Amino acid sequence: MVENRPWANGFAHTVLIIGVALVVFPVYIAIVASTQAPDELLRGTLPLLPGSHGIENYTQMWLSGVSSTNSPSAALMLWNSFVMAMAITVGKLFISLLSAFAIVYFRFRFRMFFFWLIFVTLMLPVEVRIIPTYQVVADLSMLNSFAGLSIPLIASATATFLFRQFFMTVPEEMLEAARVDGAGPMTFFKDILLPLSVTNIAALFVIMFIYGWNQYLWPLLITTDPDYTTIVMGIQRMTSEENPQWHLIMAAVVMAALPPVLVILFMQRLFVKGLTETEK
Amino acid sequence: MQTKRMTFPGRWLPFALLAPQVIITLIFFIWPAGQALYQSLLREDAFGLRSTFVGLENFARLFRDGSYLNSLSVTVVFAVGTTLLSMSVALLLASTVNRMLRSRSTYTTLLVWPYAIAPALAGVLWWFIFNPSIGIVPYMLEMVGYQWNHRNSGSDAMLLVILAAAWKQVSYNFLFFLAGMQSIPQSLIEAAAIDGASPIKRFWTIVFPLLSPTTFFLMVVNVVYAMFDTFGIIHATTEGGPAQATNILVYKVYADGFVGLNLGSSAAQSVILMVIVVALTVIQFRFIERRVNY
Repeated sequence: MVENRPWANGFAHTVLIIGVALVVFPVYIAIVASTQAPDELLRGTLPLLPGSHGIENYTQMWLSGVSSTNSPSAALMLWNSFVMAMAITVGKLFISLLSAFAIVYFRFRFRMFFFWLIFVTLMLPVEVRIIPTYQVVADLSMLNSFAGLSIPLIASATATFLFRQFFMTVPEEMLEAARVDGAGPMTFFKDILLPLSVTNIAALFVIMFIYGWNQYLWPLLITTDPDYTTIVMGIQRMTSEENPQWHLIMAAVVMAALPPVLVILFMQRLFVKGLTETEK
Repeated sequence: MQTKRMTFPGRWLPFALLAPQVIITLIFFIWPAGQALYQSLLREDAFGLRSTFVGLENFARLFRDGSYLNSLSVTVVFAVGTTLLSMSVALLLASTVNRMLRSRSTYTTLLVWPYAIAPALAGVLWWFIFNPSIGIVPYMLEMVGYQWNHRNSGSDAMLLVILAAAWKQVSYNFLFFLAGMQSIPQSLIEAAAIDGASPIKRFWTIVFPLLSPTTFFLMVVNVVYAMFDTFGIIHATTEGGPAQATNILVYKVYADGFVGLNLGSSAAQSVILMVIVVALTVIQFRFIERRVNY
């Protein structure tokens, strides 16, 4: 800060506190709603302070889900989301590391062609090719499976570019020294390149995990079997019922939001690094 | 594009390393995109038994179709609204946080976490707050004499989805604005302060112009976000209604193709969306080249 202006500081804090309050408001309301008795929410207006039925609502949601439909328990849906998010994250990192390694450390025919082929995926989000992609997955009989949920999403141009960028900054001497010592390509990759990339991998892991956890359209298309319902999609199903049970839905919302929010809060530095570098 | 000066020899290894990425790209990206292009030129009969080649007829029909033109204008309103709202709030918060010394990281932590919330969940949260029968905001609005009902009123529904979409995106814009501000040399601001420029004057004459690369970049990213990543918000809340008031292009592709089973029209809409994404990507990359030199 350049000068001391007490009134300006006071004003700045006021602005920020209002901002934080607005950002927190919807989630606070969700927490309040998730701790009310079922009839409390039907009475008209929502109380502004948490009720006393929290444990009961969360236990019911976790163990059995919304009873009126065949919607699965939150425990199962959270597990499905976790498996899908992990499969997408690990898959993306794995194939992107390999392809960036090939593009930077080898000279071969059609190198530029492959580079552009990977680049094109940036321009084809799922949303613009919904039906033909669905047909492909159906033809491969991958509907209602974790493979169908994750594999079509693991191609990643951004991760490949990021690793390519990073590999280009690795000193040439590393490779020369490794080759003098007789290391083959895969030894070099495993023993030198991977350990050097740990921070980048971790930063991307945070971003990709959030991306995978929050998938919505894709699971909606690919899974009809309740056993594969992910939490974000399950919540949408619960809200579209005739009489939505808001106290349970809000408990599910809080549980669905918690894992990615915790990831951001505890790995904030990696998250910021991942976010700013993938968009460069 | 360069490689390392020294590379590994190997005829088949690089292809084997590229294979997983390339195979997935071909099967799940290139082939479906080609199919969409191909289907956009066909028309299926009512029973889906026969399809005939109709050339660009599907596209011509779209641009004569009132509901598609409506969807286009709805998308523009939604994208502009979301971008303006989330960017201006983020800019205000970032410039305020940037003044702080000790509390900067605390405020940053408190402001960034909505990034982690899925768009569909953001939609459900705001849908609940604005629920006409039990929501808290309609209750307060009623006291000042406004009857909120996003089930009947198209403008209420639009406002609701814009709020939900912008709320989730503020944290992203905030982080980029803050990073942009921190890369502005402190000496410039100090010099202006010595010359007697007030904080507001300093912001508009020094900080804001120097932020313009960040602002432009965020505008593109936000438009892409509003056009493509907000499917969940629409699907989990308004489902395009009431009376198509929030039927954005991405939702319409899904609704016409997957629910309405009008494959030719949906494919043509996909192709138009692809053209839009390609245009936006090109703009973004040209800009990034300039930013490197900046």
